[in-house]
Amino acid sequence: MSGRSVADVFAKCRAEGRGALVGYLPAGYPTVDEGVELLAAMSEGGCDLLEVGVPYSDPVMDGPTIQAAADTALRNGFRLRDVFSTVERVTAAGGNCVVMTYFNPVLRYGVDRFAADLAAAGGLGLITPDLIPDEADEWFAASDKYGLSRTFLVSPSSTDERIASTTAASSGFVYATSIMGVTGARDSVNSAAGEIVGRTRPHTSLPIGVGLGVRNADQAAEIAGFADGVIVGSAFVSAAEKGGPDAVRDLARELAAGVARAGLPQRA
Amino acid sequence: MSSSTSVRASSRVTASQGIETPSGHEPDGRGHFGRYGGRWVPEALVAALDELETAYEKARHDPEFLTELDRLHRDYTGRPSPLTDVPKLSRHAGGARILLKREDLNHTGSHKINNVLGQALLTKRMGKERVIAETGAGQHGVATATACALLDLECVVYMGEVDTRRQALNVARMRLLGATVIPVKTGSRTLKDAINEALRDWVTNVDSTHYLLGTVAGPHPFPQMVRDFHRVIGLEARAQVLERTGRLPTAVAACVGGGSNAIGIFHAFIDDPGVRLVGFEPGGDGVETGRHGATLSEGSPGALHGAFSYLLQDEDGQTAESYSISAGLDYPGVGPEHALLKDLGRAEYQPVTDAEAMDAFALLCRTEGIIPAIESAHAVAGALRLGQELGPDAVILVNLSGRGDKDVDTAAKWFGMIGQDESAEAADGTAIAEGRTEQPTGSFADAGSETEGIQA
Repeated sequence: MSGRSVADVFAKCRAEGRGALVGYLPAGYPTVDEGVELLAAMSEGGCDLLEVGVPYSDPVMDGPTIQAAADTALRNGFRLRDVFSTVERVTAAGGNCVVMTYFNPVLRYGVDRFAADLAAAGGLGLITPDLIPDEADEWFAASDKYGLSRTFLVSPSSTDERIASTTAASSGFVYATSIMGVTGARDSVNSAAGEIVGRTRPHTSLPIGVGLGVRNADQAAEIAGFADGVIVGSAFVSAAEKGGPDAVRDLARELAAGVARAGLPQRA
Repeated sequence: MSSSTSVRASSRVTASQGIETPSGHEPDGRGHFGRYGGRWVPEALVAALDELETAYEKARHDPEFLTELDRLHRDYTGRPSPLTDVPKLSRHAGGARILLKREDLNHTGSHKINNVLGQALLTKRMGKERVIAETGAGQHGVATATACALLDLECVVYMGEVDTRRQALNVARMRLLGATVIPVKTGSRTLKDAINEALRDWVTNVDSTHYLLGTVAGPHPFPQMVRDFHRVIGLEARAQVLERTGRLPTAVAACVGGGSNAIGIFHAFIDDPGVRLVGFEPGGDGVETGRHGATLSEGSPGALHGAFSYLLQDEDGQTAESYSISAGLDYPGVGPEHALLKDLGRAEYQPVTDAEAMDAFALLCRTEGIIPAIESAHAVAGALRLGQELGPDAVILVNLSGRGDKDVDTAAKWFGMIGQDESAEAADGTAIAEGRTEQPTGSFADAGSETEGIQA
């Protein structure tokens, strides 16, 4: 059952006494059709929300795993318009999709036009890793106009003032990067994850998702102990590479179990 | 103007004036030059950019910082750099009088040291001990490695793998200076990808590390701050041209990759409406072939590497691969203030092909005994073009931004002086000597047409 907004997705999870599992995969990886299958499988396995990535030539926030996946997608002919068909097909298969993209492809496509086409495809919002609210005037207008959520990122290096202004500019959910660094699966969850969530809570009633580094059920459970959403990216890309739809479905099941085990997050 | 007062006039120009005295062309409070510039960056970098902005604003009004910067530029860099009349080259420019601003004579061999010493001093003031940098031709990397050696900072330089090959000499220089050089093997393996990798490092290590960006691109405050550190070029040159000729130049020519040497020399003339400011971009094989790096001439507005500016991109907003024989100009972006100057019509930008640049390279070697960097040869080629257009009454000031030692291997191959698989160091010296005696002035470029150039 699809939610109609990102807020609905988090509310539904909360009503079930748990946090949300958020899974990332670049659109078009390894091809557009296979990407749709993979994302649908992630949804079946238990991802409450899907982050559909836009492969980009200069992904400065991404580590080697996601860079390589984006390169593969681009080499296999991914075009920006494919992100809308991907969202449409995955939504039809029951997934809840937001798009995660570096901002230049959106600028080039036209911010208003991108928002219109994303909303028409059934997309629920946008996560913008290299757009800060300071530069987002056009995106504020377009997201309001088409009813899309705006997820900006907060970081361990953010000041309290920046956390306040960034969360105030966000809707749907806030994305907290748990460690300083680029994307990539890591063995341990940095203690900074709890700290950044704790620093963000007083500034917002929005759900807070934590990303960067999660790859197994124990880490997912640990993060779900204090965050409203557990965001997993590189581990899904690696699973897709090794075992296709079955592997990402299995990984989603495992992570979803970890999230469910933790129950609702403790709010300090 | 008498010579005694004029000598004093130019010797009074110091690097600190470029940062202490606002230029009158400042970005807005959030670093926008018109619609360009700003901060198109991950939130993780905002705190470091704020810290840098604060440190810079404090330092530019701190007599201790200004005195130290001026002392280093006088005693270490060798400023002021001279202005050289090049009458024999001028004969090939329709008789226009060409004057070279000799940034090639700075310590480390290019203008890059102007910015690097300033930022390295700021790094110390911010209490950071590790510096990272990107480099294309290696000139910024060498300057950064030099400043880090001088000021006891750890130095890591990211350089595209393609560039480590075509600028092998500079890789060795950086390593001799104690820097770690990391060849970048992603994307096009050139300057763009070196910047991506440096940004990834910075996001990860931002607490301990300063990213010593080498051009007037990137997020605020880099375009403004790097420009200010380079304003000394134009401030000196303006006084020197006035002393030498009693007038302002008709035109100022500079090469534009990211645009740091160009903005440095242009800036002193922005408020002189009679002075044409012309930036020469890498035309590569010719803009019609698609193999070029002429961002302002052929690109469109977008966000790359932290700034909104012109860039080379496809219709999906994917960055296009640039190409130039010159590693230092081989970049699909450009500084945001240049984007504004273009839109305002205050500066103009024209492509210069590899072949035109190499012809000018050869001509300057033969006529004046100056081996320019291939980057700077684009500006020389542009000056020759401007001279034909402007005629013999024109005075054309050229920023000779770097020297060509690093390019000898590339040039020797271009001109067919050594075989494709030999390096210049290994070549039999007589090959070059024969090339010199058998070819008339300026025409050893013709020999290159029989080879496949460096692309092979």
